[in-house]
Amino acid sequence: MAVMAEPVAAHVKRSSLWTRAFESRNFLGAMFMVPAIAILILFLAYPLALGFWLGMTDAKIGGAGRYIGFQNFVSLSKDSVFWLSVFNTIFYTVAASAVKFAIGLYLALLLNERLPFKSIVRAIVLLPFVVPTVLSAIAFWWIYDSQFSIISWVLLKAGLITHYIDFLGDPWNARWSVVAANIWRGVPFVAITLLAGLQTISPSLYEAANLDGATNLQRFRHITLPMLSPIIAVVMTFSVLMTFTDFQLIYTITRGGPINATHLMATLSFQRAITGGNLGEGAAISNAMIPFLVAAILLSFFGLQRSRWQQGGRD
Amino acid sequence: MSSVQIRDVRKSFGNFEVLHGVSIPIEDGQFVVLVGPSGCGKSTLLRMLAGLENITSGTISIGDRVVNNVQPKERDIAMVFQNYALYPHMTVGENMGFSMKLRGESTDEINKRVKRAAEILALSPLLERYPRQLSGGQRQRVAMGRAIVRDPQVFLFDEPLSNLDAKLRVAMRTEIKELHQRLKTTTVYVTHDQIEAMTMADKIVVMHDGIVEQMGTPLELYDKPDNQFVAGFIGSPSMNFLKGHVRVNGVATFEGPNGVKLPLKNAPAASDGRPVVYGVRPEHFTIADDGADAEIVVVEPTGSETQVFAKLGGEQVVAVFRERHQFNPGDKVKLKPDPSVVHLFDEATGKRV
Repeated sequence: MAVMAEPVAAHVKRSSLWTRAFESRNFLGAMFMVPAIAILILFLAYPLALGFWLGMTDAKIGGAGRYIGFQNFVSLSKDSVFWLSVFNTIFYTVAASAVKFAIGLYLALLLNERLPFKSIVRAIVLLPFVVPTVLSAIAFWWIYDSQFSIISWVLLKAGLITHYIDFLGDPWNARWSVVAANIWRGVPFVAITLLAGLQTISPSLYEAANLDGATNLQRFRHITLPMLSPIIAVVMTFSVLMTFTDFQLIYTITRGGPINATHLMATLSFQRAITGGNLGEGAAISNAMIPFLVAAILLSFFGLQRSRWQQGGRD
Repeated sequence: MSSVQIRDVRKSFGNFEVLHGVSIPIEDGQFVVLVGPSGCGKSTLLRMLAGLENITSGTISIGDRVVNNVQPKERDIAMVFQNYALYPHMTVGENMGFSMKLRGESTDEINKRVKRAAEILALSPLLERYPRQLSGGQRQRVAMGRAIVRDPQVFLFDEPLSNLDAKLRVAMRTEIKELHQRLKTTTVYVTHDQIEAMTMADKIVVMHDGIVEQMGTPLELYDKPDNQFVAGFIGSPSMNFLKGHVRVNGVATFEGPNGVKLPLKNAPAASDGRPVVYGVRPEHFTIADDGADAEIVVVEPTGSETQVFAKLGGEQVVAVFRERHQFNPGDKVKLKPDPSVVHLFDEATGKRV
């Protein structure tokens, strides 16, 4: 009997180490979190930290560079092109987001009504979102071309203008042109998301408001807008963040020209870092975007804080 | 307060007609309940009355004004929705005062009226709360408060109690009835629950498949149902129906399934052998030596009464006794319907004979 018992006891002892480890909630929990943490560190934290670090160095392509503190930022603060790109980015973001919101809300309200061929219209609205950005940018490039522009051609044939418009050659024309391209591309996101929000509003609220004597405008003002405000806050936060960091459209259509008139912080950063080889300076420009983005996020965070009416009972 | 006239109203969705010519007169101050199974068109009719659905043909008038083409907001009606339709982003007080605010009335007047309605409904401590922070019964009361503040010609209720639990439903039933007795506003109330209809209504309108089967006071409908549908719909547990024939030789009797013989008060205007449906309410059975043979299947005591399910001529019937008989499943008993209160319906048309 004693001879038989010994191997069994040994077996129990060996497996108990593993068993004990995997029965411990803390150990098991940590094990489950390892893959997620690894992915976050590798693909989010590391590039971000590297970007911060590069912004503090004079790294060039091919060289490691050395720590120079805030010198990149000091030189940028004296760089008029950098400040122009800051202005351009803010102008681009504010103008495009405001118009995207207006058109998107209008389309969402329209699509929320009973329309003939509604699903087809909805598919058409989504179209700009489906086309790859660079492809649509190239299309806009042609639309804005100084010799082959279809807009100029139509206006000329209609007798409204006498010579072709120089869309991308004049600073303000170029700014408005890229804003228009960005609007075209961003409206579907706003429209479809707001439409989803509109569809969560119970029709009986509109019926009740109707019986309460509300006109169409009053229904929009007192029911639609307040009920939609949480969605609006989310959509516009995303829209602002995406517009502020836009790169593809500008880089394809104007490359930042004419004379830096459409350079955004993102395109300038790319130009200085990759094209110009000054990794450190480019990273510093990118880092300079962070305060703006954090401000936008904070603004929406406080705006987004659930209003009192959305919270559950406290009693 | 106003009377309401519904005259030969029809409603079609596309080619599909859901209301086939409905006429209901509603007197000033009356509490009318539209009751029927789901899909009978009662809610559609109410929504037409509110102006939320178009009227395909026929007329609806409120007071002496035909409102077919009048906008909902100009009909001077208030509606309580099944899901209450409270504005979630407004407090209780704002919800109740919204219609007055839209009309541009002064804040003082709004506050006064809201306060008064809140007192009537015991909502005063909740005026600053949001709908999310209220219980089901409180939300229900806010929905009613919103209607009261309007002081409308007609109140419309669309299944207002169906989202409440059973106990609260009974309490709110009483509350709504009490409110009506106090305000005396003409009320149209839609429900699928015949008990709600029976307990609250001055006049019940039983609807089925887009027509009015019968209208009348609760007890009229209970005592003299026009047809088998009404007889089966009103009353709980519902009326027992047995198919069979009238036999007239000397005394009139009813010959039911498997030759079971049941008494009739007198020979109805019907010839011998006419196929009929014999209807008897559960509480109209007694245990008597000259009753028909039955075998007890299930006994369900509720305290105040006992429901007994039994096989009578092979058909299951239910009888309700207030006395406490000692029954066990399998017992043989003799069940006798009270011939003075049995109902006969034509087997083919379901009409009362």
